[in-house]
Amino acid sequence: MSERPTKPPESIQPDDAAKKKETASWRQSLLLPALAVLTGLIIGGIVIVVSGGNPFQAYGALFAGSFGTPSDFFAGLQVYFATGESHDLIRSLYPFTESLVASTPYIFAALSVAIGFRCGLFNIGAEGQVLMGALGSAYVGYSLTGLPAYIHLPLALLGGVAAGGVWGMIPGYLKARFGAHEVVNTMMLNWIAFKLSDWLLNGPMKSGFRPVTPNVLPTAELPRFFADPLRFNWGFVLALLVAWAVYWLLFKTTLGFEIRSVGANPDAAKYSGMNVTRNFVFVLALAGGLAGLAGSAQVLGVDHWVGQGFSAGYGYDAIALALLGKSHPLGVVLSALLFGFLRSGATSMQSMAGIPIDIISIIQGLVVVFVAAPAIIRWIYRINIDTTGDTVLTRGWGR
Amino acid sequence: MNKTNAQFENIAFRRARVRFGLTLLGVGLLIYFLFAVNTQPGVRTTFGLNVSGSNALMIPDLSIPALNVVHGMVALAVFFGTFQLARGIRSTGVLIAVIVATFFIAFLSWAAQDKSFNLVGMLNSSLVRATPIALAALCGVISERSAVINIGIEGIMLVSAQTAVVAATVSGNLYIGLVTAVLTGGLLGAMHAHLVIRFKVDQTVSGVAINIIGAGVTSFVTSRFLSQNIDGLNNSGTFPVIHIPLLSKIPVLGPVLFENNIIVYLTILLVIAMHIMLFYTAWGLRTRAVGEHPKAADTLGVNVYLMRYVNVIIGGMIAGIGGAYFTIGSVGRFNEMMTSGKGFIGMAAMIFGKWNPFGAYTSSMIFGFADSLQVKLQILRVGIPSEFLLMAPYIVTMLVLTGIVGRANPPAADGQPYEKQ
Amino acid sequence: MANVLELHGVTKRFPGVLANDHIDIALKEGHILALLGENGAGKTTLMNILYGLYKPDEGRIIVHGEEVDIHGPNDAIARGIGMVHQHFMLIPVMTVIENVMLGVEPTVNGIFLDKARVAARIREISEQFGLDVDPDSYIKDLPVGIQQRVEIIKVLYRNANILILDEPTAVLTPQEVDGLFQILHTLIEKGKSIIFITHKLKEVMAVADEITVLRGGRVAGSVLPQEASLEKLATLMVGRDVNLVVMKKTAAPTDVVLEVQDLYVRDERENLTVQGVSFEVRKGEVLGIAGVQGNGQTELVYALTGLSEPVSGQINLMGKPVRHGRPREILERGVAHIPEDRQKHGLILSFPIHDNMMLCTYYQPPFARGITLQQKVILDNATELVKQFDVRTPSIYVPASSLSGGNQQKVIVAREFSRPIELLIASQPTRGLDVGSIEYIHNRIIEKRDEGTGVLLVSSELDEIIALSDRIAVMYHGQIMAIVPAAQATKEDLGLLMAGIQPESARAA
Repeated sequence: MSERPTKPPESIQPDDAAKKKETASWRQSLLLPALAVLTGLIIGGIVIVVSGGNPFQAYGALFAGSFGTPSDFFAGLQVYFATGESHDLIRSLYPFTESLVASTPYIFAALSVAIGFRCGLFNIGAEGQVLMGALGSAYVGYSLTGLPAYIHLPLALLGGVAAGGVWGMIPGYLKARFGAHEVVNTMMLNWIAFKLSDWLLNGPMKSGFRPVTPNVLPTAELPRFFADPLRFNWGFVLALLVAWAVYWLLFKTTLGFEIRSVGANPDAAKYSGMNVTRNFVFVLALAGGLAGLAGSAQVLGVDHWVGQGFSAGYGYDAIALALLGKSHPLGVVLSALLFGFLRSGATSMQSMAGIPIDIISIIQGLVVVFVAAPAIIRWIYRINIDTTGDTVLTRGWGR
Repeated sequence: MNKTNAQFENIAFRRARVRFGLTLLGVGLLIYFLFAVNTQPGVRTTFGLNVSGSNALMIPDLSIPALNVVHGMVALAVFFGTFQLARGIRSTGVLIAVIVATFFIAFLSWAAQDKSFNLVGMLNSSLVRATPIALAALCGVISERSAVINIGIEGIMLVSAQTAVVAATVSGNLYIGLVTAVLTGGLLGAMHAHLVIRFKVDQTVSGVAINIIGAGVTSFVTSRFLSQNIDGLNNSGTFPVIHIPLLSKIPVLGPVLFENNIIVYLTILLVIAMHIMLFYTAWGLRTRAVGEHPKAADTLGVNVYLMRYVNVIIGGMIAGIGGAYFTIGSVGRFNEMMTSGKGFIGMAAMIFGKWNPFGAYTSSMIFGFADSLQVKLQILRVGIPSEFLLMAPYIVTMLVLTGIVGRANPPAADGQPYEKQ
Repeated sequence: MANVLELHGVTKRFPGVLANDHIDIALKEGHILALLGENGAGKTTLMNILYGLYKPDEGRIIVHGEEVDIHGPNDAIARGIGMVHQHFMLIPVMTVIENVMLGVEPTVNGIFLDKARVAARIREISEQFGLDVDPDSYIKDLPVGIQQRVEIIKVLYRNANILILDEPTAVLTPQEVDGLFQILHTLIEKGKSIIFITHKLKEVMAVADEITVLRGGRVAGSVLPQEASLEKLATLMVGRDVNLVVMKKTAAPTDVVLEVQDLYVRDERENLTVQGVSFEVRKGEVLGIAGVQGNGQTELVYALTGLSEPVSGQINLMGKPVRHGRPREILERGVAHIPEDRQKHGLILSFPIHDNMMLCTYYQPPFARGITLQQKVILDNATELVKQFDVRTPSIYVPASSLSGGNQQKVIVAREFSRPIELLIASQPTRGLDVGSIEYIHNRIIEKRDEGTGVLLVSSELDEIIALSDRIAVMYHGQIMAIVPAAQATKEDLGLLMAGIQPESARAA
C-alpha cells in the first residue's frame, strides 16, 4: 500500500476549461517537433561547416532543389500567357512535384512505423517490407498480361501489400507465439529481404543482363498528372487517402481502440477481453502492408522496375518520421512532406554544394533524439513543453 | 489428494520427451533423404586438419568414407530418437547437441564428398567471425546487467570501425587506432547513457537514433573525405597474427585458438574478466543489484545512476573494440554499413547466453560457425545459392529469439528507467 | 530519558499538495514510537525525509542532539538510522549474504567479495537479537516473515540504533505479527529505538510506548497508549467519528454462480501457486478469501477471470464450464472484476475517463455500431456514470492518471457495476484508499450482494474480510485450509489458518 501524496482537492470545473487546456497542449505538440527539426538543421549546418562546406550555400541549394526557383516559375508563366506554350511552366514545377514524389513512399513507410508505435510495437523492419512490397508489385506488374488497367493496377498494388504484409506478419507471429522481441526480428528480416532480393534480381526476376526486374506493364502503372519529365502521379493521392484511412481506423473504430489500448497498457487490454497477441500479429501485418505500399507506389508510379539498392533507407527514415509526427497520421503526413522536400533538395545540394546527401540521415537521427528527449529542447530554448502521455516502447525482452 | 509440482513436471517432461523423440526421428529421415540419397557410394570426404602458414605440427588429414558416415549419422539419430521415445534423457542440451552434431557431420560429409574441406581452417574462422559478435554481446551483457538496453551497438561499432581505421592510417599505428575506437565507443555509450538516464529517453528509441546517426555520420565522412583520399585516410593494414609460443604448436587446437590477432585474444580475456567482475566483486554485486531491483540498491546508498552510466560507457568501449575488429582487425579499410547487422546478432547471442559472459561467448561461437560455414560452402560450390547461405546467420538469430531452445529471465528491471522519488 | 531523534516543523510540498505540514515528533531512547495515520496522511513521506530519500522544504532534524542535514540513504545510515521498507527492498535472485552486504561490501585484497566475513556477522546478529536466518539461502526461497528478518538484519548490520519500520505487519499473519513484536522488544532491550508506522489501531495499542497520529499531513495529536482508546485513536486519525462496522442484512444465498473444482495454477515464474482449490459462490452471498498476501490468491483470481490459464481443474459459471484463459468470454457471461492492481489491469491511465468507462464493452452496442465507435454514446455514458458514482474529476476528458486512487477505483467500480453481472470478483478492492472511499466501496459491494449478485472478495485485510463476508475461505500455500461461516469465525482461528495451522490441532497441542 504505497502512500502517494494526495491529489489537490478535486473540484468540478466547467468542461471548456479542459478543452482550452487541450488546445494549448495541441499547440505545444507542434512546438516540440518544429524546434527539434530546427535544432537538427542547425547542428547539420555546424557539421557542414566542420567538414569545410558553406552551410548557407548548402541549404540554399537544398531549398532551390526542393521548391524550385520562383523566377523560373514566373518566367514560365509569362511564356505560357504570351505563347500558350506550357513546357517552361511545367518544367519550373519540376522540383516541387519531385519533392511530393519523394514524400510519397515516406508517407506510407512512416504510417507503417506509426501504427506499430500505437500498438506498442517497434517496427524497424519497414525497410525490408518496402523492398518486399516493391518486388511483389513489380512481379504482378510485369508477369500478368492482357489485363485492363482497372484490374491490373489494383492487383499490382495488392501484390505489394501482400508481400510487405507477410514480411510484417512473421515477426508479429513470432512475438505473439514465442514472445520474441520484434525489434531484433524485424531487423533480421531486413537483412534477409536484402539477400532474397539479391537472389531474385540475379535469378528468377532478372531481365536481360543487369540485375533488375523487367519494366511493369503500362496497365499496372500509377497514372501521372503531367507529361515527362514530371513524375508526379496518383501515388501521392493514394498516400493521403491511406493516411486518412489509418486515422479513421485508429480513432473511430473498435479495432483502433483495441490497437491503442494494447499499445497503452497491454495488461489492461487483456483484462478487458482484448486478444493482445492477435493485435500484435494484425498490426505488424498491417504495418508491413503499409510499408509494402511504399515500395509499390515507388515502383508503379516512379521507377517502373526494381533494381539492387532499391530502398534507400525509407524504412529507417520512417522511424524518425513516425516519432516526429507523434504517430498521428496527420503529423506523419506533415513530417513525411518535410523530409520528402529535404531529401529531394539534398540531391541538388550534393551536386551543387558538394555536401553528401547523408547529412540528411544525421539530421534525422538528431531529430529523433530531440523529439524523444524534450528535456534537451527545453534546456536549449528555456521553454516549458508538456510531454505527458507519450508512448513507452521499451518493455525488456521476451514475454 | 493434491498433485505436486513434480507430478505436473512429469507430464510436461513426458510431452517434451515425445516431441524430442519425434524430432530426432525426423532429423534421421531428413539426413537420409537430403544427404544419403545424394551421396555417391565409395567416395571419400577429406577434412583438412592443417592450416598453411601455421606453426602447428603437421598431422595427417582426416579422410572418411562419405556414404558410410552419412548412414552412420542416420542410424545415430534414429537410435537416439527411439531411445528417447522409450526411456528419455532429461537434458535438453544433450539432445540438441545430438541433433546439431548428426545433422552437421552428415551435411559436411555430403557437401564435401570427393573434395577436401579444411575443418581446422573453418573452426578458426568461426572463432574469428564470432569475435565482433561476442564483443557486441559483451557490451549488451554489461549494459543490461545494470538494466539499460542498448540497441545502438550496431551504430557504435560502425562509427568506431571508421574512427579506428582513420586514426590508425593517419598515425601509422594500429594501437592508436584501437584506442581511438575504444574512446569512440565510450563516447557513444556515454551519449546513450546520458539520453536514457538523465533525459529518460526511451531506451529503444535512443538506440535506434544512435544507429541512424552512426550510419549517417560514417556514410557522410566516407563520401566527403575517405573516398577522396583512400591511402591517406582509409588504408591502415591489420593487426598481425600473434603465435602464442608452444601452445600454437599443438595440432588442431593451435591453429584454432593460439594463432590469432590481438582483438581475438582480447575478447577471450574480456570474457573471463567480465565474469570475475560481475560475480566476485563489489562492482558486480552492485551492478546486478541495480539491474534486478534498483530501488533496493538505492535505499542502501548505491548510486543507481552512476552504476548505469559506468556500465553503459564500459559497454560502449567494448563495442568500440568490436568496431575496430571490422577495420583494423580484419580488412584494413572502412566500407559503408560493413557491420551488416552483427550488433543485432550480438544481442541475440547475449539473450541466448542468458546474460552471462561465458554464455554470450559460447553462443557467439554458434553464430560465427554459421557465418564461416556459409563462406566455406560457397567455396565448395554446393548447389545452394550463396544468397541463401548468407541469410543463415540472420535466420539462426530469429530462431534463437523464439526461445525454443532454452529461455532465461533477463535482469528484472531490464529496460526500465529508474525514477528517484 | 534523552531524545535520540527530534523533528521540528518539517514541511514537504509536492506540486499542488502539502504532504507534510510543520510536523514535530520526538523519539526517546529505548522507546517505540508509533506513527499512526491512514493512507495519504503523510507518514511515508515523513520517513522518506528522515531517510534522505526526500529533501524537506522546511524544518530541522536533530539526531542525538545534533542538527543534521540528510542528503541520502548513506547519510541516514551514517547517523545510525535504518529503515525497513513496507515493500521489502530485497533482491529475490540473490542470497541473504549478498543482500545484506550490498552497499558496504568487505573485500579480500581490495577486489574480491568477502562473503565469509559477512556470513559470520549475520550469524552473530541473528544470535544477539533472536533473528534466525540462514545466510546462504536465496531470498526467493524464504517465507515473507523470514524476509522481514533479513530486512532487519540489513539495518542492524549497518549498526543502526534508530529503526524505522514502515507498515511492517501488512504482509504477516497475526501469529507472525506477534513474533515481530517480540523481536521489537528484544531490540529495545538491547538499546535500540524504533519508529513504527502503521494504520492499524490495535497494533499501536499493543506495541507502542507513545503514539503520534498524523492526519492530512499534520500532527493530529500525541497520546500514550494507556490513555488512549480505539475509538479515540480512530477519531484522531480520520477527523470524524468512524463507523468501524459495515451495516448489512443477513445473506440470502440462492443458486450457485461460480463453482471451482480442483484448480491448479502456475504463476509467472512457473511455480505452482494454486494447488487443488475447490469452492463455490452462490447468488446473494459474499465469499471472502482471506490469507496473507502471496499465498496464491492473485493467481487464483487471474485464472478465474481468464488472465492466466490454469494447468488443470474446472471452473463452472452458472453451471456451465468455462474455457480457460478467455477473459472476454468470462466477462460476457456476467462476471465483473475489480482487479488487485488497478493501475496495471483496471485502467489505461493515459486514456481519458470516458474511454476507461467502456473498456470492457467498447465493441458492443450502443458503444459501437459495426466497427465504428459511437462517440456521443460514449461521452453520455461517462457523464452519467461520473454523476451516479460520485467520481471527483474536473471532466470526463482528463486522463485516468490525473485522478486520486479513490476516484480511480470508483471509475472501475462504475464501469463494472454498470453492466449486467451475475458474479463480482473483487480483489483487494480498498487497498491504499482513504477511509471515505473504503466505506463507499464496501457499501456498494454489499448493495450488489443484496441485489442477488454472487461476490468473491479477496483481501489480505482480515478486518475487511470479516466485515463483508458471509462465508470465509482461508488460503495458505495455494490451498484452501477451511471454509467457515463468517458468524462462527474468530480472528484467532482465522489467524491460525492463515499460518497453515488447523485450530483444533493447535488447541490439542
